[in-house]
Amino acid sequence: MKFQFESIADFIAMNGHGPYVWASYAITFAVLVFLLVSPLLQKKAFVKQQQKQQKLAQASDIASGSIE
Amino acid sequence: MAWQWFHRLGSPRWFYEKTTPWLPWLATLSIALIVTAAVWGLAFAPADFKQGNSYRIIYIHVPAAFLALAGYYIMAISGAVGLIWKMKLPFMVMKSAAPIGALLTFVSLVTGSIWGKPTWGTWWEWDARITSMLILFFLYLGMIALQQAFQHRDTADKASAVLALVGMVNIPIIYKSVDWWNTLHQPATIKFTSKSSIDPSMLYPLLMMVIGFYCFYALVLLLNTRVEILRRENRTQWVNDLVSAINKRA
Repeated sequence: MKFQFESIADFIAMNGHGPYVWASYAITFAVLVFLLVSPLLQKKAFVKQQQKQQKLAQASDIASGSIE
Repeated sequence: MAWQWFHRLGSPRWFYEKTTPWLPWLATLSIALIVTAAVWGLAFAPADFKQGNSYRIIYIHVPAAFLALAGYYIMAISGAVGLIWKMKLPFMVMKSAAPIGALLTFVSLVTGSIWGKPTWGTWWEWDARITSMLILFFLYLGMIALQQAFQHRDTADKASAVLALVGMVNIPIIYKSVDWWNTLHQPATIKFTSKSSIDPSMLYPLLMMVIGFYCFYALVLLLNTRVEILRRENRTQWVNDLVSAINKRA
């Protein structure tokens, strides 16, 4: 197996097909990163909101006197 | 007893806890495979004698299209299981599969379009394969829209499961489109029953990327389903405990 291009500049140009190839890869990897990051952010947001509600519930418990 | 595992599958909590240790493995495996295959396909696989370097788009176009279709199966089968056995978890899987499938279909359409320009001389052609993939994209969008169109969770799940099943008719059309119609799109490169029309030096990085995409798909489907489980079970004790545990660690 060997590197198919003579230089890095040659690799980027890909005999004129460079813009097509690199644009395709860039779009694909952007989507893959988004797919991976979005559920992680959603989980973070869920935990944050849930913690807020837990605090609210505790506060109302204290206010109503069910917790000393 | 033999069916116990099947009933457990209906339990979101069991699923959530069971899949936790899988995540780092799937993440490592899919990233390693995708990065290696991308470098291999871009720099080390030989150029195509007819298409030159533009063919290197195949290494992302084909895996994305495979997963767009496989994702539809997963979505439709989950919907069917949810409808038949009235289980909650399959509906959560179905809902999570829709946006992932939509994005992968989008990737295969866009990369196909970019590949078409230097190869066919056009960005878009209303050819059978491309049009049926576009319909797949709209089916996925329809699933997302339908999920949000109902006030009641149950109604939304049932309606979108029916849409997913009806949309199944499009799948064999996509597969067979290159054989049934005279199209611009090239016929299948990888065949399981006969010899593939692609040289091993180009095939191996492609297979590696396909496996990498499958692992990646499994990973993001799990991650999305797990968030959906937390959202729908947010009033249960186990989710409450989980949130408190995260709180303590932070």
